[in-house]
Amino acid sequence: MSHLLKLLAQRVVLGFLLLLAVSALIFMGTEILPGDVAQSILGQSATPEALANLRRDLGLNEPALTRYFSWLGNLLQGDLGTALTNGADISSSIGKRLYNTVFLASVAAVLAVPLALVLGMLAVRYRNRWPDKLISGSTLAFISLPEFFIGYLLIYFVAVKLGWFPSVATVFESMSFAERLSAVALPATTLTLVVLAHMMRMTRAAILNVMQSAYIETAELKGLTGFKIIFRHAFPNAIAPIVNVVMLNLAYLIVGVVVVEVIFVYPGMGQYLVDHVAKRDVPVVQACGLVFAAFYIFLNMLADIIAIVSNPRLRHPK
Amino acid sequence: MLRRIPLSALIGLFVTGLFLVAAIFAPWLAPYGLTETVGDVWEPMSSTYLLGTDNLGRDLLSRMIYGARTTIFIAAMATALSFTLGAILGLLAAVVGGWFDQLLSRFVDLLMSIPTLIFALVVLSVLPGNLITLILVMGILDSTRVYRLARSVAVDINVMDFVEAARLRGEGRGWIVFREILPNALSPLVAELGLRFIFQVLFLSALSFLGLGIQPPDADWGGMVKENKDGIIFGIPAALIPAAAISILAISVNLIADWILNRTTDLKGGRGGN
Repeated sequence: MSHLLKLLAQRVVLGFLLLLAVSALIFMGTEILPGDVAQSILGQSATPEALANLRRDLGLNEPALTRYFSWLGNLLQGDLGTALTNGADISSSIGKRLYNTVFLASVAAVLAVPLALVLGMLAVRYRNRWPDKLISGSTLAFISLPEFFIGYLLIYFVAVKLGWFPSVATVFESMSFAERLSAVALPATTLTLVVLAHMMRMTRAAILNVMQSAYIETAELKGLTGFKIIFRHAFPNAIAPIVNVVMLNLAYLIVGVVVVEVIFVYPGMGQYLVDHVAKRDVPVVQACGLVFAAFYIFLNMLADIIAIVSNPRLRHPK
Repeated sequence: MLRRIPLSALIGLFVTGLFLVAAIFAPWLAPYGLTETVGDVWEPMSSTYLLGTDNLGRDLLSRMIYGARTTIFIAAMATALSFTLGAILGLLAAVVGGWFDQLLSRFVDLLMSIPTLIFALVVLSVLPGNLITLILVMGILDSTRVYRLARSVAVDINVMDFVEAARLRGEGRGWIVFREILPNALSPLVAELGLRFIFQVLFLSALSFLGLGIQPPDADWGGMVKENKDGIIFGIPAALIPAAAISILAISVNLIADWILNRTTDLKGGRGGN
């Protein structure tokens, strides 16, 4: 057991080191690359005096390394700085939006994960027959669809033509849980459809892999029904690869959320990031980039940890 | 050989071919100019304007045809860049090994630990918004995927006897990479090419849709979705047309890539098929 704990501690430390390296990379990406931040904010027609003033205000005359460590130091104390465009405190702006984004992504995850598992098992149960072909064929097509095609199709048919859900996902603080749920119904469905195909295909592949084992044949010979074999014997043994794919897709939700929030005008992190990239508001972009990267790294780390815990062979590497 | 192409790949080839023809011969095929205002805002489909008009009263079909040109050209340039960069560095890393390999591989791991779209947005917030930066950002960020594949394929080939024989013959590194390893690593790389191209089309469309890719008045399909999206709420489906075009292009290239992947794994007796 202590060996397992040590292995897990290693993963967590590795995750934090990675996050540190990512923060450096994001900082480098915005500060050291060719392209002058002050020039981009003020535009080509800026006077040299205005440029010099802005550079001084932004602290751009300090060496990059000093600026990185002061940024990092403030970051660790929860201070993300202030936005260039309106002087608002970034931490408090992100707080509310982060809640909205996590809410949307969670609703999508709650919809997508069970659906993908059930469809995957159905496809295995009826493999090479029409339900399998139908499920596999339609998911293959769905993999290539951009988020905005699915999103606007849903808006056009479900929101505008049928009027079942609002076309714009407005949420505010006084909303009840049910109202919120109805507001995010369409964006969550879009996200679900985007990640469902990949998760379902990998679930099917993982279970099919196990189905060739000798103990599955034994279970068949015992006379168990198809579903019982899959559910009791195949699925538990395929759980590690499935969890891995589920986590990777949840990490993908974080990216998909950027485009989906813009489609549905949903007040979350993605919308916030995109707005401020267009305004070239570097502190906000850095902060948002780091938050997104942190989620991504955390989910990948979680996938690693679950894989280690669920598979005894990974606990004792040779 | 032609007889053995499956129906799905034939459909893919045909549709991709149509898009390519539209892209190459855009100025001759488009009934109106790219920025020419010809009618009212968001006119419905009619015999004069086959796909209707857009948010500024420009002919949608003409813009779709010019958009095919921009979308396919930029995605192809970015794919070419990501492939050259990723494949050469990946093969070199496998052949040189040691600290060079470690340094590159860890850097690629680091780049891949940030979602591509997020990192692209971060970088595009400071870089000047023009075509060259767009292609560079798209190509470099995506080359990490090609690097991983090229390196893992090349590591396997690098330990084969014929590479050893070439080394003993005294061939230089350039010969080993380009004459011994590259020809043998080509088939998995070519199959990957199609998938990378699709990814670039979707990536470019997403960036343009967010307003950070191609800048108006030039048009690519993602940007056209953005221009026409406000019409959706009034029941005007103009934005769905470019979005559908992106999807159809992605699906048809996918069908071709799928076929090539199956073919190359057949040739190798299943090697690299998983």
